[in-house]
Parts: sequence; structure tokens; C-alpha cells
Amino acid sequence: MANLQSLDIRRRSATTTPSPSQREAVQVAKLIDVSRCIGCKACQSACLEWNDLREEVGINVGVYDNPHDLTENTWTLMRFSEIDVDGRFEWLIRKDGCMHCDDPGCLKACPSPGAIVQYKNGIVDFVSENCIGCGYCVKGCPFNIPRISQKDQKAYKCTLCSDRVAVGQAPACAKVCPTQAISFGTKTDMIAWADERIADLKERGYKNAGLYNPAGVGGTHVMYVLKHLDKPEIYAGLPKDPKISPLVELWKGVTKPILLAGVAVAALAGFFHYVTHGPNEVQDEDEEAAKKMRRDKAA
Amino acid sequence: MTNLWADIKNTDLVVIMGGNAAEAHPCGFKWVTEAKHHRKAKLIVVDPRFTRSAAMSDLYVPIRAGTDIAFLGGVIKYLLDNDKIQKEYVGNYTNAAYIIRGDFKFEDGLFSGYDEAKRDYNRASWEYELGDDGFVKSDPTLQDPRCVYQLMKTHFSRYTPEMVERICGSPKDKFLEACKLIAETSAVDKVMTSMYALGWTQHSKGSQNIRTMAMIQLLLGNIGVAGGGMNALRGHSNIQGLTDIGLMSNLIPGYLTLANDREPDYATYMKTRGFKPLRPGQTSYWQNYDKFFVSFAKSMWGDAATKENDWAYDWLPKVDVVYDVLRAFELMHQGKMTGYFCQGFNPLLSFPNRRKLQTALEKLKFLVVMDPLATETSEFWQNYGEHNDVDPTKIQTEVFRLPTTVFAEENGSLINSGRWLQWHFKGAEPPAEAIPDIDIMARIFIKLRDLYRKEGGAFPDPFVNLTWNYEDPLVPKPEELARELNGRALVDVADPKDPTKLILRKGMQLSGFGELRNDGTTMSGCWLYTGSWTEAGNQMARRDNSDPGGLGLTPKWAWSWPANRRIMYNRASCDVNGKPFNPAKKQVWWDGERWTGYDVPDFVVTSKPEAGAGPFIMNPEGSARLFTRGMLRDGPFPEHYEPFEAPVANALHPKVGPNPVARVFKGDMEVFGKPQDFPHVATTYRLTEHFHFWTKHVQINAALQPQEFVELGEELAKEKGIASGDMVEVRSNRGRVKAVAVVTKRIKALTIDGKKVHTVGIPLHWGFTGAARKGFGANQLTPYVGDANIETPEFKAFLVDVKKLGQATV
Repeated sequence: MANLQSLDIRRRSATTTPSPSQREAVQVAKLIDVSRCIGCKACQSACLEWNDLREEVGINVGVYDNPHDLTENTWTLMRFSEIDVDGRFEWLIRKDGCMHCDDPGCLKACPSPGAIVQYKNGIVDFVSENCIGCGYCVKGCPFNIPRISQKDQKAYKCTLCSDRVAVGQAPACAKVCPTQAISFGTKTDMIAWADERIADLKERGYKNAGLYNPAGVGGTHVMYVLKHLDKPEIYAGLPKDPKISPLVELWKGVTKPILLAGVAVAALAGFFHYVTHGPNEVQDEDEEAAKKMRRDKAA
Repeated sequence: MTNLWADIKNTDLVVIMGGNAAEAHPCGFKWVTEAKHHRKAKLIVVDPRFTRSAAMSDLYVPIRAGTDIAFLGGVIKYLLDNDKIQKEYVGNYTNAAYIIRGDFKFEDGLFSGYDEAKRDYNRASWEYELGDDGFVKSDPTLQDPRCVYQLMKTHFSRYTPEMVERICGSPKDKFLEACKLIAETSAVDKVMTSMYALGWTQHSKGSQNIRTMAMIQLLLGNIGVAGGGMNALRGHSNIQGLTDIGLMSNLIPGYLTLANDREPDYATYMKTRGFKPLRPGQTSYWQNYDKFFVSFAKSMWGDAATKENDWAYDWLPKVDVVYDVLRAFELMHQGKMTGYFCQGFNPLLSFPNRRKLQTALEKLKFLVVMDPLATETSEFWQNYGEHNDVDPTKIQTEVFRLPTTVFAEENGSLINSGRWLQWHFKGAEPPAEAIPDIDIMARIFIKLRDLYRKEGGAFPDPFVNLTWNYEDPLVPKPEELARELNGRALVDVADPKDPTKLILRKGMQLSGFGELRNDGTTMSGCWLYTGSWTEAGNQMARRDNSDPGGLGLTPKWAWSWPANRRIMYNRASCDVNGKPFNPAKKQVWWDGERWTGYDVPDFVVTSKPEAGAGPFIMNPEGSARLFTRGMLRDGPFPEHYEPFEAPVANALHPKVGPNPVARVFKGDMEVFGKPQDFPHVATTYRLTEHFHFWTKHVQINAALQPQEFVELGEELAKEKGIASGDMVEVRSNRGRVKAVAVVTKRIKALTIDGKKVHTVGIPLHWGFTGAARKGFGANQLTPYVGDANIETPEFKAFLVDVKKLGQATV
């Protein structure tokens, strides 16, 4: 996979200067064939292992989905839906996670220079040291993917294992998937493979089978083969026609310089507050008030 | 498995019934997805629950837990009625044409010879009729009313689609759709595979569940064929090795049987084991039994096992009854077994009726637990609140916990479901004081032997004479043990036909079990493994994945028993003339001079087709058995019996409900629940996220499936006012489980004999040790009864009641 390794930057958040790199890179993609996925959660486990993350041992709330949502540690999650489709009962299982949009809403929304980058191969990656934890990427994402860590106030999501791809390895989830429901390669190859799978599904009577590669976000570098492309929302709320929020588009356009100026003003105001009033330290009475609140809440 | 994992890709139809491969065998399930994609194969799933396997299926058919024989019996009737059988195969390779004794009968749910007081059969009448020549009589036209084919037709005539629906609750149209798909594979170019696991074995008629499908596969001509077979998906990575090596209480390695106490000497023992052919020209491979037995005895006792002392026959135990785990705990419970070694398993969670197990362990003087993990069994005396509510001050059992390595911390072989012996290499050092099981056993043995040597004792012979020639007697190497299992020549062995020609030199590793001898000149710990470590080295460590023939047989990858054969009975993939039935999937064939092919022929390679030897060479008749003679305790044909706890009477014969010969201990019969108190059918199972009771010790797995739950259908939940996420109590007549309710559309109420029956699903992974949340464990509920033949507990079908407790608590 040597030709997929490019970590050349295509674009960078809050930066208008183009990248100097000249190499052409192939577009990569991960294909998730939902019709081959057995919901074993090996991908979820491998993601935690490879990225050296641990999820809390939670509780069962009456479903198989655990944890119950994506978190700053769980970058991919199996979502299970029980549904009657066209007179037939189905247990749909979808691996949720970052779709790596070709036109990434998170990157467009991000106000911090270089906190979100898109590589030439299409991978959208968060660069933690530049992240200011503002949460705009969460608002900018049409798939509700990024999560802010309560520990370090930074945003996290699937990196498409950019570190593995950079050295010619497939993402950890694709590597461990026992049924090859997850494949990884060039986007062209993945579309060709998807076509083969879709033909098989159509033969089995799934006449609406198709490839989920939504145009509203410029296509994605994580695609799904769905048995029911006509109703993606039955797969635990996969959006039918995802688009970047108009607010983000607005932010990106005319209002951004104005808003950025606002941010600068706020920062300056903070600086002057510090100079004139000293650091914003917690006073004893504040502590007491907080403790009282906790006691009241507990009682 | 008669076949191998990779071979599933060669099939046209996968039937998953009595198992849940996508959840319990996710890595193996990949071959199903391969077959679906590349061969357009279909997948049928028959299960009480719509499982993750069902989510991948082309056809899902619901069934009531514990009624598989009724369903499969219905399939047999469909195949026979519609003449959808592979006639050439059935006529030539099965016992369909053989004549059965005139006094064999089946009436009102019982076969001939039943003794109610003993709960056992006299099986004498379940036998072939022999001609004056000593061979079985046969009617190749299949018209004789006493031939197996006709008896089978009569026997299964009761299993109509209506009866199947009445007993199983499987909708008639879905059942018939399954029959139609199955029947299509009677064509020679179509094949079906059966993937099953504990969903069939854990019943009071588990062996017969499997047999019924084996009969179907024989009728369709799908045994011995690539993409076919009976494929038991083993639940532990080396459980196949466990059975091979004879860790069952009534076996010695290689499926040789331990003598019983009515066999006082070697000659008597051998009388019933060296089978003479029952049909002309048959191989009857068990005629070599004495070679395997003597070589085993030589591996045990070396020079001390001689012809004069009957190869140390007296040093082997003689069994009076089978000492399975249920009996062991029964004996403990009665105070008759006072010490217990528990190596690599966790019986407090693994066997039925927790309360009984707990009481039994409390009566022990000592318990030794060898395990890599702190198991519940080793902590049975500790109080864990409501999850293990015991008073440690009242328990006197002394518990020794000996930490062992896990497989990744030692060299060795693991034997997979497909009978492959795959060598693996140590990947990490064991933590703290953990040492390999072998080393612990060696230390105990040396100590005991010293005591026997010093003090004598009642019967020191088997101990003091045991061969123990390891480089370091305290640390036998896995490599040394593997070489011993393979076997070697003990002296120079000359060719019996030409005494001037040496065929084996003293000390040479043997290359196959054909070289084993009954005169004490060879040794082998397990005849089936002969060929795994030859003069050419460790065959199990081979890693050449070349695949001549393209069927995925990869004959140079690891080593497969027997004789590196990948598909058993593969002679049956050819017609009587030795030509493959399906030329597109050639496995082996007769080339005019010998049997050859991509696999090792399961046949005498020089046996000409016209000589007429049958492909099932282990059987003295050379053919496969649709009628199994006296092999199984509960009948030569399978019959539907209800589980010991069933919501309805047996629709076929109300007087004979459950298996009439399954063993039930005193006191256990009384605690079977009645449907009026416990109206719902319960079944237990594994989830993908966990492996038994191990992975709950791992933080990542624990997070993926953190807390004990039970699954209920929406209709039952509505009746009981239960919402998803509520805490519920599930009770059987033996105990209770408090768990979170998962209310699901995947379990539907079934109509059984006109009555609405709900199913409650109980995953089994949680206990009171480990990283996951503490749980009660499914075996609080399960009944203490096993399969009539091999005593696998009936975990898959019993009765419970459910009630709501309130909101979930953390």
C-alpha cells in the first residue's frame, strides 16, 4: 500500500495558505459492507487497543450497543437496529465513526489553525496540540462524530489510522475484521468492490442495495454498502442527505473574519482582565458554595 | 468437523442450527461470507432467537428450544416423500438396504427392549439380520419392509409439516422453504454444510440431534464431499485436542475406550473391539485396534508393558460407570468424593444448578484449582454479597490455587475444529509465579512417585513403572511430549514379508499409524497423531499455504489427523467406479492403479473400486449408518423427546415425554419445574463480546458487554410490564438470576400445540470475579441432567418465570 502513504496536506483548518507540496496522491477509502458485518465488535476492540485507549465498564441499558454512544475513547461503535423493512424483519448492525468527508464540515468549522487537517489521500485528522476544545467541529459535523474529552478538553475521533496508513498498513479495524466486512484501499478499488457486492445483494432480492458515498459532503472516504440505500436512516440514523450546516458555511464565508476578530477581542479582553485584576483564582467562598451545591443535590 | 473451516467456502447451502457461528465463531464465519459471495451460497438459520447469524441469513426459521429432532425428522420425511435423495450414494454407501432383525420395534415412543426400572434398553434387537455366511443381509432394491430404508420411512412418517409446526412452533411455510433449499443439495453438483455447536449437544438428547442431521447429510450424499459434512464448531481453542487425547473419563487417547469392570483381562477386552467385517471385502479398520492399544501401553510403561503381563492391561482403570462431571459433583454432594483437581475449567459457573455445585464444593476436604485466572470456583468460599452469598467461616474446604501460563506463554499445539494440529510458539513470559500446567503435573507426579517408591502402598505398579524419560523430569518439554504422542520404533523392525529388509530403525519417529504394531516393537501415545512429528520434523509447525486443487485443503499447512487427511470419508466423493461425483470439485479419485488426489485418500490406496470396499472404512460394514444399531443408548433412529422441563406434553406420544433413558440422579428429578409454575422456555448462550468466563477479566471486553442481561420478546415484556433496561428476576425451580432486561423484536412468541409459548434468552458470561459488573450466572437456573449418551448438561432448554424488579441499578 506504499502509494497510499501520503501525509501531504491538502488543507488545514483556519488557514488559507495553500500547502507547498506538489505530489499527487491517490484517494483512499474504507468500505464497510454492512451486509457482511456480524456485529462482533472486533473493530471496536482493535480501535481501543491500537490507539491505546480504554473505555469505562458501563452498564447495560437494554440494548447491545456498548458504550451507548461514541466517546473521546470510543472512536468507532457498533449500532444495532431492529426493524421491519419491506415486510421482512432485519437486525441491522452499523459500524459508526468518522466518515472522512471529502468536504469536511469539522475542518471548515474549526477556528484553530492546523487543529484539523485533511491529507491529500483524503484522511481527515485532528491534531491535538492545536486543538482549543471549542467544540465547533462537533457542530460542523453532519454525522455527529467528534467528542470533546473531559480530561484535556480536546476533540477526538477516528483518524482512519493515519499512523498505520502512513507506513503502508490498513486501519486496525479493517485488519481485525473477521468477515472482511471492512476493506481498505484506493477509493476507486473500493467502489469497484462495492459494485460487486451490490450486484450480489440485488440478486438476493435487495433491489435498493447501493453504495453510501453522499455527494452533499463531496463524497466520503468511509463508505457503506447498504442493503437499503433508499432509507439510510434505518441504520441507526445514518443521514439521508448529509450537508454541512449552513451556519458553518456562513462562518466559513463572510462572517468568519468578523467572528475571528471577535475571538481576538475576547482574548485581548481576557489579557487585560489578567493584567488589571490578576489571575482568576478560585476563592474559598466559591469552593464552599460549590460543596453546598453538591450536598444539596445529593440530598 | 468431518471437513475443515476453509472448506465451508466450497458449499452451496449453509445450515446453521444448534449453533450461532457468527456470534460464537466469528473468525470461522468468514468462510460463510466467502461462500455467499463467491458461490452465491444461501444461508439458513434455525434458532429460537434471531441471532447475529440470523441477521446474515437468507432464510430464518424460528424454533422452540429442544425440538430439533422434530424439525429435522420433518426434513427427512420431506426428502423421502419427494425422493430428494442422492440415490447412488444412499444405495451404495449407507446401510439403507440392510435387513434389520424381526424383533426390532418402535411403539408409543419406545424402541424394543425397554426396561422401565433401569431406565435403559436391552439393545439386542437393534441389530442387522445376518446370513449363513456371517454377513449382513441386504436388499439393494430397498423394497424389503425390514430394510433400513423402509423402517426409516415408517419411523419418520409421523413427522409431517403440521406436526413440525405443532411441536416446534416453526411456521409451516418457512419450514417447507427450508426443506426445499435443503432438498436441492441432493444433486451431485450441489452440496450443503451443517454448522452446529452446543445448541445441539447441550440437550438430554444431544447426540441424537446431531445424528438426525448426519442422516440428512447421508441421504443427500453430502458426507465426504468438499463443501459438505457435519461440522461441529468447537467452543474452546483446544477442546478438539481434549477429546482426541482421551480426557473423557471413559476414553484413552485416540478414541480407544477404557475397559469396563466386566472385562477382567486383555483377551476379553479385545473380543468386542477388533471388529470383523460385516460385509464381504470390507476394510473394518478397527481390526487394528490392538496395534493402537499396545503402542499406547508401550508409551505409558515402556519395558514394563510386556506380552506376558497383557501389555500392563491390569494397570489401567476399569470403569463401573461413566465418571462425567455431573457424576463427580453428585459424588461430592453425597460426600463420597472428598478431593478435587480442577484444571483449566471453572465448574462453579460451567455446570448446572449452582446451588448443588456450591454445596458439593463445601463438602470437599481439598480443592486444587490450576488456572491462569482467579476463577469463581477458586473463590467459591468467599462472600460476594448476593452474587455469592456464603459464610466463609462455615466452609472448611482447603483451596489451593496454582497459577498457570496461558497458551501464548508456552510452546505447544492447539487442535482446531477441523482437526488441524497447529504448533504455536511462546510469545511472552508468564507473569509472577505462573508456570505451565505440564510442570505442575510433573512436580506432583515426581512427588507421588517418590512416596510410592518409599512407602509402597496398595497398588504402586502403574505409578512406579510409568515411563518418564524427559531431559528434565520436572520440566517435560512440549516438544518431547509431542514426539511421544507421535510415537517411534522401539527396536529395529523388519518387513514381515522380507525379514532381510529393515523398515524401521530403533528410535525412529514413525511416519504414520500404518507402522504401528501389536508386538510391542512400536510405541505411540495417541495413534491418531502418528505422523504429526516424523523423522522430517514437526509437521504441525508447517506453514506452506499452497493449495493444489483450489479447495482450500492446504495440505502442507500444519497437520491434520488422521494421516493429514483434510476431509474425512473422502472416498465417498466418488462413485463406485472411483470417479468424482462432481468433477468441478475433485478431491480424490482412482487413477487406474491407485487412489490419488489433492487430499490424502480415506481408503486403502491400492484397493480397486471393483473390489467393492465401502468408503466408511472404520465401520465393519464399510457403509455409513442411517440405522445406528446399538451404538447409542436412546435408539437406533432419532426420536423427538421433550426436554426434561417442557411447556407441553410430547405431541407424538404423551406417555413418553423426555428421553426415557437419560440419567437422572435422586433428588434432581424432584427439582424439575412444572409449566404451571414456570411457563417460559429458557435457553442459555454465549455472546460475541465474551469468551465464556475468561474475557470478563479483560477491561476492553468488559466494556463492550459490561453487565448481565436477559432477553425477552416484546410481547412477553408487555404482558409483564417490563421495559428495556428494567431489572428483572428470572427464576427456575433451582435458583434465580437478577439481570437487566433487553426487550427485543428478535424473540417472538411461538404457538406450540395451540398454546402461546415465550422464550427467554440467558447469556452466560457474568460471575463474581473479573473486570465486568458482577452477575449471578445462568447456571443458577439450569437443570442437573445430561445427554443420555455423553452426559452433556441440558443447558439449552428448561423452564423459568420472569418478573419485573424495577429500574436498573449501577
